[in-house]
Amino acid sequence: MSFDWPTALPLIFAGLMGLAILIYVILDGFDLGIGILFAAAEDAEQDTMIAAIGPFWDANETWLVLAVGLLLVAFPLAHGTILTALYIPVFLLLVGLILRGVAFDFRAKVPAGRKHRWNRIFFLGSIIASLAQGYMLGVYVLGLDVGFGGIAFGALVALCLAAAYAAMGAAWLIYKTEGELQKKAVVWLRTALVLAALGMVAVSLATPFASPRIFDKWFVWPQMLYLSPLPILSALLFVWLWRQTFHLPRPNDRHALTPFLTLAAIFALGFAGLAWSFYPFVVPDKLTIWQAASAPESLAIILAGTVVVLPIIIFYSFYAYRVFGGKATDLTYD
Amino acid sequence: MDPLILSRIQFGANISFHILFPAITIALGWVLLFFKLRYNATGDSAWMRAYFTWVKVFALSFAMGVVSGVTMSFQFGTNWPGYMETVGNIAGPLLAYEILTAFFLEAAFLGIMLFGFRRVSNRIHTLATVLVAGGTTASAFWIIALNSWMQTPAGFEMRDGVAHAVDWWAIVFNPSMPYRLVHMLLASGLTVSFLIAGLSALRYLYGDRSESMWKALRTGVFTAAILIPIQIFAGDQHGLNTLEHQPQKIAAMEANWNTGPNVPLVLFAWPDEAARENRFELAIPDGASVVLRHSTGGVVPGLNDYPGNHPPVLPVFWGFRIMVGTGVLMLIVSWSAAFFLKRRHSLPKPLALLMVPMTISGWVATLAGWYTTEIGRQPWLVTGVLKTADAVGPVAGSHVALTLAVYLILYVLLLIAYLGVLVHLALKAAKDGDASPLPGVMNAALSQPAASE
Repeated sequence: MSFDWPTALPLIFAGLMGLAILIYVILDGFDLGIGILFAAAEDAEQDTMIAAIGPFWDANETWLVLAVGLLLVAFPLAHGTILTALYIPVFLLLVGLILRGVAFDFRAKVPAGRKHRWNRIFFLGSIIASLAQGYMLGVYVLGLDVGFGGIAFGALVALCLAAAYAAMGAAWLIYKTEGELQKKAVVWLRTALVLAALGMVAVSLATPFASPRIFDKWFVWPQMLYLSPLPILSALLFVWLWRQTFHLPRPNDRHALTPFLTLAAIFALGFAGLAWSFYPFVVPDKLTIWQAASAPESLAIILAGTVVVLPIIIFYSFYAYRVFGGKATDLTYD
Repeated sequence: MDPLILSRIQFGANISFHILFPAITIALGWVLLFFKLRYNATGDSAWMRAYFTWVKVFALSFAMGVVSGVTMSFQFGTNWPGYMETVGNIAGPLLAYEILTAFFLEAAFLGIMLFGFRRVSNRIHTLATVLVAGGTTASAFWIIALNSWMQTPAGFEMRDGVAHAVDWWAIVFNPSMPYRLVHMLLASGLTVSFLIAGLSALRYLYGDRSESMWKALRTGVFTAAILIPIQIFAGDQHGLNTLEHQPQKIAAMEANWNTGPNVPLVLFAWPDEAARENRFELAIPDGASVVLRHSTGGVVPGLNDYPGNHPPVLPVFWGFRIMVGTGVLMLIVSWSAAFFLKRRHSLPKPLALLMVPMTISGWVATLAGWYTTEIGRQPWLVTGVLKTADAVGPVAGSHVALTLAVYLILYVLLLIAYLGVLVHLALKAAKDGDASPLPGVMNAALSQPAASE
């Protein structure tokens, strides 16, 4: 079979978009999670928590713009269908992101007496954005069903994704902080993990029953065999991480990054499972990636730029994370 | 209510709120670089003080720009799915290049620019400032390319009702693009100049005579005084370009109902679209013919050539006049302030008082200008290709009304908070003057945690 660009390009872009969403969920996951954990933290701790994400959050959120941007530019038909169906949750997501994004800066610049107000707004914005994302995922999994079942399931996934983000946030704090706050973060991680695991099980159980097509993909031999490593590995990682929380933090702060990386791996596995289930559809059971794709010549010119620029972006993103590596200290403009 | 008009108001509100902040960050990045380079060259810590004061404004404006920009990327799909379905092949790559070449660059190096002064070498910190400023400008380049393409589309062909790219060079550098880009970059420069000059004037009025205040004040005033005549020239050239490619927009801007020679320049009027005439008209005879055609007998296009296909006259006519009027005010204020600063080395109090409200004059002129050109594009979304009414999504009017109301409340509150913080930062800087400790500079010990300010 010869290589055929019109067939390959939508596939490549689906892959790129998936990668952007995954990176977004992992990166913004931890800073949204820290916003959620704000509710449980004390004043002094909140400053340290902000310092742990301050230099990164802008770039983290840019991955969402890239993911939505790729959906918009590579699959314009799907962009319209999905976002009009999810009009209200998208709106809530945006309000949440606006509130938390500006609260980040306002809390550091307003007169001291008003800081509490912006701390609360930061928490509110973070939790609204996380819940909205989870709800959208739930409704999407059920094929954009916005009936009662869809709403109920969306609400369940919303809670669990918020918990998963809180777990990510706690794991990031274990890496970036020390002392009392780090010990607190271990407890937060343990609590949030249980809810996150519950959510993953719920999505995994609901997905095959939402669509007979996915059911066939999951429970038919030999596909079942290929798929089986995903749930088994995820479950093992969950249990392992949960047991680890009883031993953290380790002497000399060894393995401080391990919980975060483990969670990132779990996210990646779950994401791979979703991708496997929905392929080749971008709007479940309605539009395939080829039906929704832009013209090949337009995709080609985006791909040319992406191939050159994406490695550079990843390189300098790593550099930025390295500059602010180590434990978080006070964040100052100098 | 009608989802079309509600969606238009919502998009207008979102993009109006959004543009306020890029209008600041695009040029403020370069001003910060200027402060930084002056510090590198002279070692005068007042430059670094000015840098640290204004980098906070930059950080806040950048955050406001990012969050309102994320909103925009979703609104294409939630409210205007027909847009990407029809011209996605053109708009898509332009937006993708903006994200890839600009957004990530600015976002990644912003952290280093804001918080990295003591973590990286001075050279890397300067480089980070260059990359952030370059990123904001690159972002303006791509989005203006797309906007201009919607105004004056080129380099494409229609197949089965969908636009396909033929010549990317012609698409990016479409007929109105260079004019619009220059006009917008200068607008950003003026917005920032008056922002800096105005807030420095506020510090001046509160008795601040510190070196960092003088440096910021002079930078703002002199930059404005240099940019404003260039902007007037660039705006005129942009207008002539519009006359060539979008004559119906010019007809609406001039409220000229009938094509013909000897068209007067209307200074004041209340255009009445039902009667197709101007009420309370005050005009200079032959003025428009002279300005647009450089002769009294020059033929100026009128709205009668575009029955049912021209933009609403009233907002375009007044948007244009507010922009030009603000520009003239900018010219007078900046030149007088420059005169006093240069010759008298002082600022008269009445002038300083006038400069304080002029802090947001750039915003007024920028918004009025964008309203003129965007409403002037109606009824088209993409001139000659797609009408705005055909791009709106199937979302219920009640949904749009609800979200619009919340957005509006949110934006008003955020704007109040933003301006409040600007004033707070200016007054705080006025109180500290040159006495404030300068942590980080010349390896001084850290003594002022900015996060808890």
